[in-house]
Amino acid sequence: MVGLGWLSVYAASYSPDAPSVGFAGQSFQELMAFNWFKQIIWIGTAVVLMVILVVVDYKAYDTFAYGFYAIVVVLLLVTLFVARPIAGSRSWLELGPVRLQPAEFAKFATALAVSRYMAGINLRHQNWRDQAVLAGLTLLPPLLIIASNETGQALVFGAFLLAYFREGMSPLILIVLAAAGIILILALLIPKLWLIGGITLILGGIFLVNSRVMRHHLPLALSVWAVVVGMVFGVDFFFNNVLQPHQRKRIEVLINPSADPLGVGWNVTQSKIAIGSGGLMGKGFLEGTQTKFDFVPEQSTDFIFCTVGEEWGWMGSLVVIILFMALLMRLVYVAERQKSVFGRTYGYCVASIFFFHFAVNVGMTIGLAPVVGIPLPLFSYGGSSLWSFTILLFIMLAIDAYRKQDLVR
Amino acid sequence: MGWATCLIDRLDSEPLCCVPLQTQIVGWGAFYPVSFALQYLEGRKYVIQTIFVVVALLFAARLFYIQVLDGSYKLAADRNTLQRIVQVPYRGLVYDRNGQLMVQNTPVYDLMVIPREVKQLDTAYFCQLLQLPIEEFRLAMTAAKNYSRVKASPLIQNLSTPELAAIQDNLIDFPGFSIKAHMARSYKTENLAHALGYVGAITPKLLESPKYAKYIAGDNLGITGLESFYEKVLMGQRGVQYRMVNVRGIEKGAFRGGEFDTLSVAGLDLHTSIDSELQAYGELLMANKRGSIVALDPKTGEILAFVSAPYFEPARLSGKGMGNRYMDLLNNPERPLFNRPLMATYPPGSVFKLVNELVALQMGVVTPYTSFPCNQRLVKCTHRHEAPTNVGIAIKQSCNPYFYQVMRTTIMRGRSSNPKEDARLGLAEWRRQVMSFGLGQQLGVDLGSERKGSIPSPELYDKMYGRHGWNFRTIYSLSIGQGEIGITGLQMANIMATIANRGYYYTPHFVRGIGQSGPLPEYQQRHHTNIVPQHFDAIIPGMQAVVDGRGGTGNLASLAQFGISVAGKTGTVQNAHGPDHATFAAFAPAEDPQIAIAVFIENAGFGGTSAAPMASLMIEKYLRRKVERTQWETWLQGDASKFIKKKH
Repeated sequence: MVGLGWLSVYAASYSPDAPSVGFAGQSFQELMAFNWFKQIIWIGTAVVLMVILVVVDYKAYDTFAYGFYAIVVVLLLVTLFVARPIAGSRSWLELGPVRLQPAEFAKFATALAVSRYMAGINLRHQNWRDQAVLAGLTLLPPLLIIASNETGQALVFGAFLLAYFREGMSPLILIVLAAAGIILILALLIPKLWLIGGITLILGGIFLVNSRVMRHHLPLALSVWAVVVGMVFGVDFFFNNVLQPHQRKRIEVLINPSADPLGVGWNVTQSKIAIGSGGLMGKGFLEGTQTKFDFVPEQSTDFIFCTVGEEWGWMGSLVVIILFMALLMRLVYVAERQKSVFGRTYGYCVASIFFFHFAVNVGMTIGLAPVVGIPLPLFSYGGSSLWSFTILLFIMLAIDAYRKQDLVR
Repeated sequence: MGWATCLIDRLDSEPLCCVPLQTQIVGWGAFYPVSFALQYLEGRKYVIQTIFVVVALLFAARLFYIQVLDGSYKLAADRNTLQRIVQVPYRGLVYDRNGQLMVQNTPVYDLMVIPREVKQLDTAYFCQLLQLPIEEFRLAMTAAKNYSRVKASPLIQNLSTPELAAIQDNLIDFPGFSIKAHMARSYKTENLAHALGYVGAITPKLLESPKYAKYIAGDNLGITGLESFYEKVLMGQRGVQYRMVNVRGIEKGAFRGGEFDTLSVAGLDLHTSIDSELQAYGELLMANKRGSIVALDPKTGEILAFVSAPYFEPARLSGKGMGNRYMDLLNNPERPLFNRPLMATYPPGSVFKLVNELVALQMGVVTPYTSFPCNQRLVKCTHRHEAPTNVGIAIKQSCNPYFYQVMRTTIMRGRSSNPKEDARLGLAEWRRQVMSFGLGQQLGVDLGSERKGSIPSPELYDKMYGRHGWNFRTIYSLSIGQGEIGITGLQMANIMATIANRGYYYTPHFVRGIGQSGPLPEYQQRHHTNIVPQHFDAIIPGMQAVVDGRGGTGNLASLAQFGISVAGKTGTVQNAHGPDHATFAAFAPAEDPQIAIAVFIENAGFGGTSAAPMASLMIEKYLRRKVERTQWETWLQGDASKFIKKKH
């Protein structure tokens, strides 16, 4: 109950910030007022949704986890064939006046499904079959989403790795992925031979320091080295042949924002200008010139953090970061106190998804992450995402509220 | 119950292990805590929380850097949104001495287009309204699109009145098009183009000069004439507004409520001393001739009329097609752009005898009663008259031998036993006296590009003939205003004003009032010549006799029938390039001079027959406000047409 109250206040205190974008664009009254108005409707429906989600028997989420999953997969498939392309992606389902993005709802459905599956397997005695099913469950929606050309939303599913890690996945996967990311970026920044030399030195150094243990694993160490070197050379191929041109640009821009100042770099540069001009205390509510005058594209959706940064300054940004941290910590806390594997896994999934959105979205506005079109949870304009995050949170809340009834198992 | 819930939640019941993994060295050594954590999964929440906190701290630090430490983003933000808009004030107007408006500002209309907003344009109808070929329209539209799709750019500049009327009524049918008004010079007078000058766009070269730092490309400024001389007061003070603009450069209101904005201040009006009617009359008289008329008010130095012929209408250098018309004027063989009263220097001819006489009187080498024989062996005398001559007769008859001898006594003072050195000393002294009339130097009129003219110095002749290579016989032409002497029409008129004032002049000027205040201080100052006033009394009766005396060379200028006594002097200037130039300089009324005038007509023969009647008509017009002796107008025009035929 405490959690319910806390989270309600939390959601309520956050959501009103989203319409501020609407106010900010006063001169485009018709258009923006409409967005702002729509967002209020979305918030209203989200509140109704909350009530429903909490009132529904918590067991339903467990019971119908696969059902939800199946529905979403079907929706994704349907979207793929029915949707009209909007801004290059076929990810929107149009139902009369409203447009929905099934990819948003895939998150909670997948989270429920994997949690359900996770609860059913013996983690001590993991077998390949279980792991394969889990991987399949996790990868099916993002593959469908990628097919609809909405890579950003698909990347979100990578966040499940954090939840799996908590549930026993080998940390090696996280480490390897992080290392791969670092090597990829380094490979773009530093001449290859230097990089290979440096990696050889570092790996060699680690090997020698831990030689007592490591000498039994020489072949392993050598193969790691070989893989890394292969990666370094593979980066170019990956970069030029696998990535689509706009994705390649986004990574280039991350490394050097002036590479494409009027194209992809424009977003990042203008976003940094908007945030950077906020100063310590910000320009004040509705006083942000950069966001008010549309210098930042997509400012009410993906680049919503610019408004915060410009109008409320560093202090405001800090408050937002702290609030997100509080939410994430609270989610971890709530997840940990669940007695069921299902509840706990689901809690971690929610926390991971929120974290991924937060990290990538804020990161891209301040030039620390590539531009990926995903919204800032509870902030960005957009009904699908607001609903999606509301569902994610309140299913967790519902599960948490009845956790004591779970004693009988 | 589903199969998921039948499992016992084992992991929570295992011993808690809270080893903070983030403190472990990452590397192969990390395998130990990792295998540890595999057994005690509860501990992994710290790993996850650490990841969250690290990212949050990273963001906070990055934000602190770009928001608080790095100021460049704030500058970039201002560059993004702030636009400086200069408000160009109304340019000052120009009035004549009777308060009649001569130069004003009128709105000129440009048809602007915002290409993106143009919708469902009936191109054929649109072009038909504007009488515009469709190809031209397409070209202009393409140019506008290339400039910007969302910003307004001119499609057609300087719409004519019928075009404006046609399009303005139908503008509602053409979204994306608008009319923009800006101010251009327009003229209520057809005269005085040479003094008024014109206004044009600032050139890139001028823009680079720090003097024009306040101007931006596309600004107008006075290029010549009064427009240029009084540019500073005419232009007024520009206002600056800081506007905020959005990403497309579209205005979004004042910056900080207009705190830093300044208002524009309209330019000051110029009240000139020109008499519009007299000016128009002068230009009428000079039609089809080449030369100049300058009329001054001797009491103030104010310029009453300033005719440079051939002339053109000032409106030709304003508005649509101005560039082409300027080139036409520039390439015209008659050189209408040449500002003759200021820039054409001629030998003054016989008019200059007055100055020589005054100098001689001042130096005491002659008296009003000194007589010289009309010795035709010295220099030819063109007039029959009684001899020997005194100053009165000499002026009346323009007796060359008399003035030859006056000049000789002025130059040859016997201050050196070497006659050549004596001539040098004498010429230097003579030059000093002559220069006190404002000759051989810029008078300082309020127009640019005034010529100095030339009053020869001994050094000039030294250069020509070698030191002591010349004597009085070499330079005697100076005695009758010929030879190496050059003065402008303005200077000639100023000599008349000086004589009328009996020894002083005010620098001639056009503007006698700037806004609410008077003329520039330099025009309120008397300049005294070296000649004492009583010497003027010796020559003025002779000048009156020129006009009204029996057999005077300037009889045609007489206004005796109206009771006006004109004091004047004719001049016929020998010219190596063709027929003689005719000059006549005068002031009137002799007792209380109100106008001093100098007429110079190129290649018109005797001063007495063409220039003198013209001057007298001008005087009549100015003093009586009307001209009754219209027969002279016809006569002058006939004379002119005769000359023009001969010339071409």
